[in-house]
Amino acid sequence: MKRNPKEQDGSGRVFARRALLLGGAQLAFAGGLAMRMRFLQVDQADQFRLLAEENRIKFQLLAPARGEIFDRNGLILARNTPSYRINIVPEDAGDVEKVIRDLSLLIDLDSDDLERARTEMRRNRNAPFRPITLADQIQWEDISKVAVNAPALPGISTEIGLLRSYPMMDSLAHVVGYVGPVSDYDLSQIEDPEPILKEPRFQIGKVGFEAKSEGVLRGKAGTKQVEVNAAGRVMRELSRREGTAGADMQLTLNADLQTYVQARLGRESASAVVIDCENGDLAAICSSPSFDPNLFVRGISVADYRILTEDPYRPLANKSVQGIYPPGSTFKMVVAMAALEAGLIGTEDTVWCPGHLEVAGRRFHCWKRAGHGHVDLNGSLKGSCDVYYYDLAVKVGIDKISDMAKRFGIGVRHDIPMSAVAAGLAPNKEWKQRVHQQDWRVGDTVNASIGQGYMLASPMQLAVMSARLATGRAVTPRLIKSLDGVEQPSGAGDSLGFNENNLRVVRRGMYSVSNERRGTGYRNRIVADGIRMAGKTGTSQVRNITAAERAAGVIRNEDLPWERRDHALFVCFAPYDKPKYAVSVVVEHGGGGSKAAAPIARDVLLQALYDGTPPLDAYPKSDRSLIQAQQERLTREIRQARAAGSDQA
Amino acid sequence: MSYLAYHAKSTPTGLRKILFLNWPLVLLLATVASVGFLMLYSVAGGDFAPWVEPQLKRFLLGLGVMLFVALIPIWFWRNVSVVAYLGSFALLLAVEFFGTVGMGAQRWIDVGFMRLQPSELMKVTLVMLLAAYYDWLPQERTSRPFWILMPVAMILIPTALVLKQPDLGTSILLMASGGGVMFLAGVHWAYFAAVISAGVGLVAAVFQSRGTEWQLIKDYQFRRIDTFLDPSQDPLGAGYHITQSKIALGSGGWSGRGFMQGTQSRLNFLPEKHTDFIFTTLAEEFGFIGGVTLLTLYMLIIVFCVAAAIATKDRFSSLVTMGIALTFFLFFAVNMSMVMGLAPVVGVPLPMVSYGGSAMLVLMAAFGLVQSANIHRPR
Repeated sequence: MKRNPKEQDGSGRVFARRALLLGGAQLAFAGGLAMRMRFLQVDQADQFRLLAEENRIKFQLLAPARGEIFDRNGLILARNTPSYRINIVPEDAGDVEKVIRDLSLLIDLDSDDLERARTEMRRNRNAPFRPITLADQIQWEDISKVAVNAPALPGISTEIGLLRSYPMMDSLAHVVGYVGPVSDYDLSQIEDPEPILKEPRFQIGKVGFEAKSEGVLRGKAGTKQVEVNAAGRVMRELSRREGTAGADMQLTLNADLQTYVQARLGRESASAVVIDCENGDLAAICSSPSFDPNLFVRGISVADYRILTEDPYRPLANKSVQGIYPPGSTFKMVVAMAALEAGLIGTEDTVWCPGHLEVAGRRFHCWKRAGHGHVDLNGSLKGSCDVYYYDLAVKVGIDKISDMAKRFGIGVRHDIPMSAVAAGLAPNKEWKQRVHQQDWRVGDTVNASIGQGYMLASPMQLAVMSARLATGRAVTPRLIKSLDGVEQPSGAGDSLGFNENNLRVVRRGMYSVSNERRGTGYRNRIVADGIRMAGKTGTSQVRNITAAERAAGVIRNEDLPWERRDHALFVCFAPYDKPKYAVSVVVEHGGGGSKAAAPIARDVLLQALYDGTPPLDAYPKSDRSLIQAQQERLTREIRQARAAGSDQA
Repeated sequence: MSYLAYHAKSTPTGLRKILFLNWPLVLLLATVASVGFLMLYSVAGGDFAPWVEPQLKRFLLGLGVMLFVALIPIWFWRNVSVVAYLGSFALLLAVEFFGTVGMGAQRWIDVGFMRLQPSELMKVTLVMLLAAYYDWLPQERTSRPFWILMPVAMILIPTALVLKQPDLGTSILLMASGGGVMFLAGVHWAYFAAVISAGVGLVAAVFQSRGTEWQLIKDYQFRRIDTFLDPSQDPLGAGYHITQSKIALGSGGWSGRGFMQGTQSRLNFLPEKHTDFIFTTLAEEFGFIGGVTLLTLYMLIIVFCVAAAIATKDRFSSLVTMGIALTFFLFFAVNMSMVMGLAPVVGVPLPMVSYGGSAMLVLMAAFGLVQSANIHRPR
């Protein structure tokens, strides 16, 4: 028999008590849960909402269009060409291999690209909605074929990107430079890099103008806010803010002239600079041999890169601003100006040149072993008499020469937006003490007087020097003509404060070099009236002549190995009465300046003055048939190069 | 023959019994289930098909089961307690041998139309058996050691089986609800004090066992405890559940983002968004207000059960009603603690709301017992 325990032994009271206790505990726990909910949802709501947005919203960057680069006449030097890419979304494609097979019937697919795509697909197996690139840099015709057959190719889509291209190919490679993908090293060099730089396909200027004007050309990246789910799939676009394209830039260069000069330098290891005397505009600034910058944009192959780096002519170096050479005899005008301005010589004073000069117990030779006899200033330039300048330099002293060199722009870094612009060197006593901890000796002065020894100048500095001699003003090189449509300040410069008579004498000497019989540049003169040129040859030694060599007599340059031959230099300006362009040419290991550099300088100067192919009657009669053949050859070469350039762009 | 049998004359008979259902409780259960439908609809991105439809069918089936259980006199259920317990124990043994492994645990047997989780069944039958035991046991023996050993064995044997599956959440629930019934039956509090201190010792032992040969719980359970203690140490791995759950919950704010506007669950940042973590969706979309409303609904169910348990004069009815209320409470308390980062992730669903078949059916059957006790209580 069962009883009702609750009524009989008071267990009901125990149960009620304990039930209420347990119920109370449950209520208290629920209260605790509510408090926790309040803490999370009210007190900390802002923080969690922020975290939720971070979860949900991803920013995507929109690459800005890079600014384009034009020459002074509006010819395009660097542009953005549409580049087509074929992507596949594995999820939409279904049978990926079948789609790829169908696609390869339409267009040629690179097997390496396909292998890479397959690997990427395997890695992305969890995110089959991510597009994977099957082929990059596809021609428009191929893209059209794919577009037309789109219904038969599920999951295939095409994408347009912008690819930098340089239609002038190798003729502007050193000036404009090239762009390439951002490397870890690039990032480490930039303080607080913009996020767009970390995008995989983004490219920045690597060398030359592209690198130096990166800040202006790049523009500002836009942003796109998208909502993503936990797997990273983009669900929808929330907002979009377009970036700003980079500013277009116009250079002072004349692309036609530049192309001509590049062709004229040919396969020599040489450089040439053409500067506008009136405003400092660099009309051409060439270094030879050159390379095709487009190779770098697309990712240069190891083999191609090795060819470029192992070439003894150093095609990657921009010799016109990076290369520094002993200026040789082209420096003599500076020494003459230093002496004239110091009032140490008169224009009629003569020096006896027996072919050498004893200074401080050492014999310094003139290039002309037989000697020049009595030479005055004009004669010293015309015949490039070394002894005259040895004598002059000892009188003037190195410090005055060095100061004068700097006033002419040697040993001074000209600030133009190109990579590794060299400052050259105009040494003085203080410099030698500081760098070599040695006293300056008079022999050093003698060497410096003919642009040897420590004296170093880049081809661009020599062009600037010539322009300054031609105008008497501190002409400063200018590379950017206008930035985003705004004209940049001129480089005309203020007067250097020289006595006009002194300048006239020196210019007259340079005129004699190119226009008088027995002038060292006479063979390569201009005969057209009104555009006569004034120039100066230079030959700078690369080696020290050993005692044994001296004993054996003069060794002809042609007998030496290439890398030990002299550098050939020539500086000039024209027209003589009203200077428009100054030109400098340096042919590395070219031998004599009059033979290797002067013809190039003359041709370049004429090309610049006529703004195109000059008439044959501007040349001396004896040269005309040769020049005509040369003009025809170069015209043909340039035409072929241009065709190749527009093809690839 | 129990006390009730003598008073059977005063209990309603036939279809009149329906009038004596605890209607507020039915209404509360339906409301909570509706909250579930609403959330499942939202989680599915505004679609009835994947979860709402099956859940609705199961709820209607559950209502039928509840009514069926309610209409059968409570003394019948008392009499079959032992059989029910043994039956679910047998099923529990069965899953050991041919159960299906899911979520790293052997939990269910596929019985064709649904997946049967015997551990769910065991939660109710254990409460029934203990209530019947204490109904039978004379009061003065309640606190005697031998008579305590019996119910302890009844609790621990199935608990051990469930723990072996392994399902830590359910085994904790079994022990807690079993212990709760013993407490309600009037077992001396000193036993509970002893067990709790022993429990603390056991926890210490479990942590001591880590990395040794006799490791007491599985590595993944250790990891869950680790990530519970410090979710930030592995935000994309094991801590992902808790971190994302708290983000979704917290971002709901005071009044939520609005129905169907929850971003975290819709965009799949939330794991198991339609099952164990459904509360986070509710909290994200309806905020603090929505969360507290659901909590209040749950507590009202508890309050009604406690009131009914105290009101009835039958010891079995009281103990069963309270025991079931306690089981129900443990469900949502553990689940909510879990999603709010107060407890480790142990895999306990939110009762009546989470998507899932056997849990809901078993709960509805259990509330059928509560209703039966209410209908057949001596008047």
